[in-house]
Amino acid sequence: MPRARKTGTTIAGIVFKDGVVLGADTRATEGDTVADKNCSKIHYLQPNMYCCGAGTAADLEMTTALMASQLELHRLNTNRQVPVVAANRMLKQMLFRYQGHIGAALVLGGVDKNGFHIYSIHPHGSTDRLPYTTMGSGSLAAMSVFEARWKPDMELEEAKQLVRDAIAGGVFNDLGSGSNIDLCVITKDGANMIRPYDVANIKGERLGKYEYKRGTTDATKIVRPIIVESQSVKMSRCVLSSAACKFFKENPGSATGSFTPGPRDFSATDRDDLLPNIGVTSLGRT
Amino acid sequence: MKNELLTGTSIMAVEFDGGVVVGADSRTSLGTYVSNRVTDKLTRVTDSIYCCRSGSAADTQAIADIVSSHMEILQVKLGEPPLVQVAANTFKEICYNYRDMLMAGIIVAGWDKTNGGQVYTIPLGGMIVRQPIAIGGSGSTFVWGYVDATYKPNMNKEQTVDFVKNTLTLALTRDGSSGGVVRVAIITKEGVERRVFLHNELPEFYQG
Repeated sequence: MPRARKTGTTIAGIVFKDGVVLGADTRATEGDTVADKNCSKIHYLQPNMYCCGAGTAADLEMTTALMASQLELHRLNTNRQVPVVAANRMLKQMLFRYQGHIGAALVLGGVDKNGFHIYSIHPHGSTDRLPYTTMGSGSLAAMSVFEARWKPDMELEEAKQLVRDAIAGGVFNDLGSGSNIDLCVITKDGANMIRPYDVANIKGERLGKYEYKRGTTDATKIVRPIIVESQSVKMSRCVLSSAACKFFKENPGSATGSFTPGPRDFSATDRDDLLPNIGVTSLGRT
Repeated sequence: MKNELLTGTSIMAVEFDGGVVVGADSRTSLGTYVSNRVTDKLTRVTDSIYCCRSGSAADTQAIADIVSSHMEILQVKLGEPPLVQVAANTFKEICYNYRDMLMAGIIVAGWDKTNGGQVYTIPLGGMIVRQPIAIGGSGSTFVWGYVDATYKPNMNKEQTVDFVKNTLTLALTRDGSSGGVVRVAIITKEGVERRVFLHNELPEFYQG
């Protein structure tokens, strides 16, 4: 059976003094293979709402895109900024309807008139509203960072650093997570995607050149030159001299080989227009 | 059950003169991982009806959302708050009709002006029964004896809260799937009063 691409992932979200910070790694895996080294796991829902996804890549892409569309229609119908609870309800009801077959584990974060919200949404449709949460295969590593260091009313830079460290916990200690760290900061002034926020594994520079110089090894035998024995030129269309034209007019239906043109016959007047009449399609010389 | 979120739980509800006290632990687990240690399993259905959820988190949240929605419509139609038995029977109807698809053990408790404080318990198959006291979830197996030995009819509010707090503490210290804090809600004519007991505020029993 073909298996859907599941993203072994670390995603996280926290509430801080002025809003929320969402974070994600950028590795997408297909079994043991890294399928994408820099994929984006923080999805847009609304200008005041973003959503991190872990699980089946196709399901996450579809679920978040569908939700973004439905939320936009909801915003247009109500003429109001969509509250985060609404997005949470719509997501959980959709996932519950599909009884866990949509493999989407989400961290929903946003800001609205009621305040700052982080929700974690599980594939079967259960949700939790929390001040900080993590999901995906690296969630345990990330949660240990939050449990040690999260506190209420953190400053922006402090909050960004904490989420970075939580995701880095997943990147370094979970095989399913890796590469870069993306952040998304949402405050009442809007959302700010930082992609990448940090490159945890910078590829090293090669310090020396290890190639041998040309001529380091002696030539042990001489390569024999290629001797050209024959060459041939074939023409698909021909330019006939007046002498050739005359020959073909006098001998209609004659074989192509029966007329041997001299060298000057090829530099003569262009009489291409005669060809259909005399039934000659090619003329060659070897 | 593949890897669904389960509220391996300790929940209970007790009727007293003038209302009900409902209580729950706060642990939600996914296999051996505690995915939420501050869960609120006491879920509002109306202003004076609450339910205690145990079983699958997704199932019980979905049912509670549906019943809340029904009760909100009913309140507008009736022009007064729906009775606790109406809410409880709505829960039962869903739990019974979809019994093969659901994993939900729910206790419905609340106060209404017709019948006062009431507790209804709806176990897995979708049965419904009114009891003066109900316990539920995986942790309840450890405290049946304590409840039977300790419960006295006609307790006052604070005695009931202490009884709930003690019972849940005993349950969550013996049940690995229960834990965290003890949440309590007291529902009376006046409305709902919520209390939280952190681990250092819980009574201490025999610790081995």
